[in-house]
Amino acid sequence: MIKRELIVVGGGPAGMAAALSAYENGVKDILLLERDQFLGGILNQCIHTGFGLQHFKEDLTGPEFADRLIIKIKAIKADKAIEVSLQSFVVKLTDRKVVTYLKPGKFEEVQAKAIIMATGCRERTREMIPIPGDRPAGIFSAGLAQKMINIEGWLPGKEVVIIGSGDIGLIMARRFTLEGAKVKAVVEIQKESRGLVRNIVQCVQDFDIPLYFRHKIKRIIGHDRVEKVEVVAVDENLNEKPETAFDITCDTVLVSVGLIPENELIEMAGAEIEDLNTTSIPGIFSCGNSYKVYDLADSVTRDSEKAGKQAAEYLKRI
Amino acid sequence: MIETRKLTCIDCPKGCQLSIETDNGKVMGISGNQCKKGEEYAKQEIENPMRILTTTVIAEGLPLKMIPVRTSGPIPKAKLKEAIEAARKTKITKPVQAETIITKNFLDLGVNLIATREILA
Ligand SMILES: Cc1cc2nc3c(=O)[nH]c(=O)nc-3n(C[C@H](O)[C@H](O)[C@H](O)COP(=O)(O)OP(=O)(O)OC[C@H]3O[C@@H](n4cnc5c(N)ncnc54)[C@H](O)[C@@H]3O)c2cc1C
Repeated sequence: MIKRELIVVGGGPAGMAAALSAYENGVKDILLLERDQFLGGILNQCIHTGFGLQHFKEDLTGPEFADRLIIKIKAIKADKAIEVSLQSFVVKLTDRKVVTYLKPGKFEEVQAKAIIMATGCRERTREMIPIPGDRPAGIFSAGLAQKMINIEGWLPGKEVVIIGSGDIGLIMARRFTLEGAKVKAVVEIQKESRGLVRNIVQCVQDFDIPLYFRHKIKRIIGHDRVEKVEVVAVDENLNEKPETAFDITCDTVLVSVGLIPENELIEMAGAEIEDLNTTSIPGIFSCGNSYKVYDLADSVTRDSEKAGKQAAEYLKRI
Repeated sequence: MIETRKLTCIDCPKGCQLSIETDNGKVMGISGNQCKKGEEYAKQEIENPMRILTTTVIAEGLPLKMIPVRTSGPIPKAKLKEAIEAARKTKITKPVQAETIITKNFLDLGVNLIATREILA
């Protein structure tokens, strides 16, 4: 079996920052595995600004933030010090630090002395929050819709209602509007948004999009495709006030109700997440959104640099 | 016409609630701000709000369908619609890097439309 000093799984900001910092701290045999065709992770679809104010002291878009890290990785000239393997989908991790991954036409098994998992997070879906009603086409998670528009170049709907007023929901309200769709409402069950004020102003108020606080979607109605949603106000205990119910016609519902760390591989190895970047198995680390869900890519990068250093120190100790 | 407008200052995360007296769209007085930036923000935001446009343009003959772009600086908010229409008609056919200029002096607005990621052939 091929052996490596360090394997990093995931080529988003977390994986790239961890690999770079491990290198700077003396690790010279690093394999960085990314399932996509490109490095950058979720940043590639976050084409808006708001990244990098802390780390690069500039207001960058997501792709620009990723680009800065990609350039640093490419600048490392030492042969294979950081070997990037794209289209490499990790399917298994064991407690003996064996990583199994699929590459087009290949099945690889590599053992490393240390592993950093930087697999990001996934979106909570409609199935995880109870919304009664039909199950027609036209219901998307906000991040998936973002990928369809910004990467694939097609608009998943024309009349949109967004559930949840966190930053991703707000950003998508503007994105759909700019692309010519009508965002009919952003519906938030809490009494205020978790999102940045800047996003409330520039993504919702700028386009006169109605933002309903203390409201929820009571039902999604539609036969084949979404036809409308029923919206209802709730009181401070989140109980519905039935007399306030009203309908909004739409063909698309975006669900933007939070993220959860992607930790299946770590669980497969029998490890549990512990203090910052560490797991219950010495030498297996987890950083970025797979460690915990971060608001800012800047903080992901900062903490993931620590993970690279932690892995380098571990490798010196063993 | 004299009006009072409410704004949330977005210059820093404090998010001061500003109250602005306006006369025919001109700022007459501001309260609620904790620093000078609030004043500048309110004046700009009321008299000529500016935004950075970020969107995508179509790529042809390249390994990506869409390439993310931005304006190199803020443009008047009132021009956003026109700017997005112009971006929609733009095509990229050659490899670019982050910051490669796609359209110089975009719509005569004194800013360039630039790519925000690299794409090789
Ligand atoms: C929709 C959205 C909008 C956001 N907007 C902002 C913003 O405006 N400002 C800001 O600062 N932050 C924002 N964030 C947060 C920030 O982008 C993230 O915190 C950051 O990108 C997380 O980095 P990461 O490397 O941990 O995860 P990701 O960027 O998700 O990277 C994980 C990588 O791991 C790869 N991967 C996963 N599983 C495997 C596997 N089994 N095998 C191989 N590879 C694998 C994935 O393909 C991906 O490339 C946003 C996040 C989201 C989801």
